[in-house]
Amino acid sequence: MSWNLFEDLQQMLRFHFMLNALRAGIIVAVVAGAIGYVMVLRRESFAGHTLSVIGFPGAAGATWLGLGAMWGFFGFCIAGALVIAGLPGTRRAGGSGDVGGAGEQPAGVGTVQAFALACGFLFVSRYHGFLSGLNDLLFGTITGITDAQVLVLLAAGTLTLTALLLLGRPLMFATLDPEIAAASGVPVRLINSGYLVLLGIAAAGTSQVTGSLLVFALLVAPAAAATRFTARPAAGLSLSIGIALLITLAGETAAFFTPFPIGFWVTTFGFAAFLLASAYRAATDRFGQRWPSAPALSPAGGRR
Amino acid sequence: MDPLSHPYMQHALLAGTTIALLAGLVGYFMVLRGQVFSGDMLSHVAYAGSLAALAAGVDLRLGLFAATITFAVGIGLLGGRASADDVLIGNAMAWVLGLGVFFMTLYTTHRATSNSTANVNVLFGSIFGISAVDAWLAAAIAGVLIALLLAISRPLLFASLDPAVAAAAGVPVRLLGPLFLAIVGATAGEASQAVGALLLVGLIAAPAATAQCLATQPWPAMALSGALAVAAVWVGLGLAYAIPAFPPSFTIMAALAAEYALAAVARRRSPRMMVNRHAALP
Repeated sequence: MSWNLFEDLQQMLRFHFMLNALRAGIIVAVVAGAIGYVMVLRRESFAGHTLSVIGFPGAAGATWLGLGAMWGFFGFCIAGALVIAGLPGTRRAGGSGDVGGAGEQPAGVGTVQAFALACGFLFVSRYHGFLSGLNDLLFGTITGITDAQVLVLLAAGTLTLTALLLLGRPLMFATLDPEIAAASGVPVRLINSGYLVLLGIAAAGTSQVTGSLLVFALLVAPAAAATRFTARPAAGLSLSIGIALLITLAGETAAFFTPFPIGFWVTTFGFAAFLLASAYRAATDRFGQRWPSAPALSPAGGRR
Repeated sequence: MDPLSHPYMQHALLAGTTIALLAGLVGYFMVLRGQVFSGDMLSHVAYAGSLAALAAGVDLRLGLFAATITFAVGIGLLGGRASADDVLIGNAMAWVLGLGVFFMTLYTTHRATSNSTANVNVLFGSIFGISAVDAWLAAAIAGVLIALLLAISRPLLFASLDPAVAAAAGVPVRLLGPLFLAIVGATAGEASQAVGALLLVGLIAAPAATAQCLATQPWPAMALSGALAVAAVWVGLGLAYAIPAFPPSFTIMAALAAEYALAAVARRRSPRMMVNRHAALP
């Protein structure tokens, strides 16, 4: 590695696996940024976290059976989304503001999550010689993405974004004001379930780049940062996608040039983006309140 | 052949039983106080702390306990302010896990002597691999923590069920919260040695959730929670011994999940228990 940035990037792009990783990263980031933004608006982070964890036993089981991790990710995440959509009162329990709410509902979810991870561990330990792949499944890798995988990710991503666009208006309506949406004839229950399935597909796709345990970073960090910058949905959605793209591509590049895996870089950049956005918000809130009164308090300072 | 004649089985039973009792009792209060999500976060912290200690070349438990207790006390001191924002917690959780990956890479690349299974053991536990000294140490720490918890359990229960009235009655509510969370942090460190950092939430949350399905009064529910955790560990260890293909962490989690599923079904058949679930103070 030289210190010529242009040459370094050229050298990186000469590797086919790196091209595939970047292609997959772009697809996954756009989908995760968009779906994650709606997830944060709907306060369904807990469901997103559960879905991303469920992908791990799916992938491990599929690898054990020789099917390929990808099908396990998609199968388990979509099935998990349907199960969560079928549980009574999930929406309230997951989105009551304080995380997971109180009482035994989150304890049940925690039990299911721990059991899912334990199943994944069982499958991994049954599949001998796969223990080195365990880290890739859990924490992501940039070296293992095949051409076929990129195509499937592209197809799944296009499908998800199209469905999100089609759902768009009624989904926003049902998200921001469920009661009035239901009263004016929007099929809220159906839309909620449909959205959870989209979230499952997004989580499954993202898992293949960032690993099961760190999907959450790409779903929640860009969206949370975007909501700190703007309250307008269209601008927030674009910003969320932009931030997701930035941290994914930066993370993959950093993972290429350093020994540390992509999961570490993406979570670190994501958390940094979120902290910056929060600081920006705090600063504007403070000065936004002071500006009208500031000239009156110190007229000399204003005119100097 | 008698499974109890193997030393590794004796150590696993000793550590497993005491840790399970501790986790069941602590878990009951965590569910009562609505702090299960903190437990989820502690598992991430436990992983990062353990691997930081491994990367630094010190005893794994040093980093484990330092990280979990510091973090838990920190949450307790922040109080209700930090718990409101699930997006902040989610972000921080993901990042802490990312830090764990960072330390893992440091550990595996800079220590040529390291064994590659250490990471798997931290994540998913290895109770059959626990040594005699470690088992006795874990049991002793669990015993101290159980005694401490039982000593504060009466005011803690009062403060958990009705903080305002408890404060008015002179219970030091503001002191109890951080103290309890310090015990939770240490419990997370203990549970992490038995079933691994990723699965400790199951050992802490599942018995309590099961107990709340079955018992209405606080003290019986608390005792039941501890008993259920111990039973699940015994069943899990027995199954893992009988079927070597199953790792003990998996069988323990399966037993816990089965207990919870059975209790949920049982409660559905007698809906009157839903009504007076949080009965009253003793």
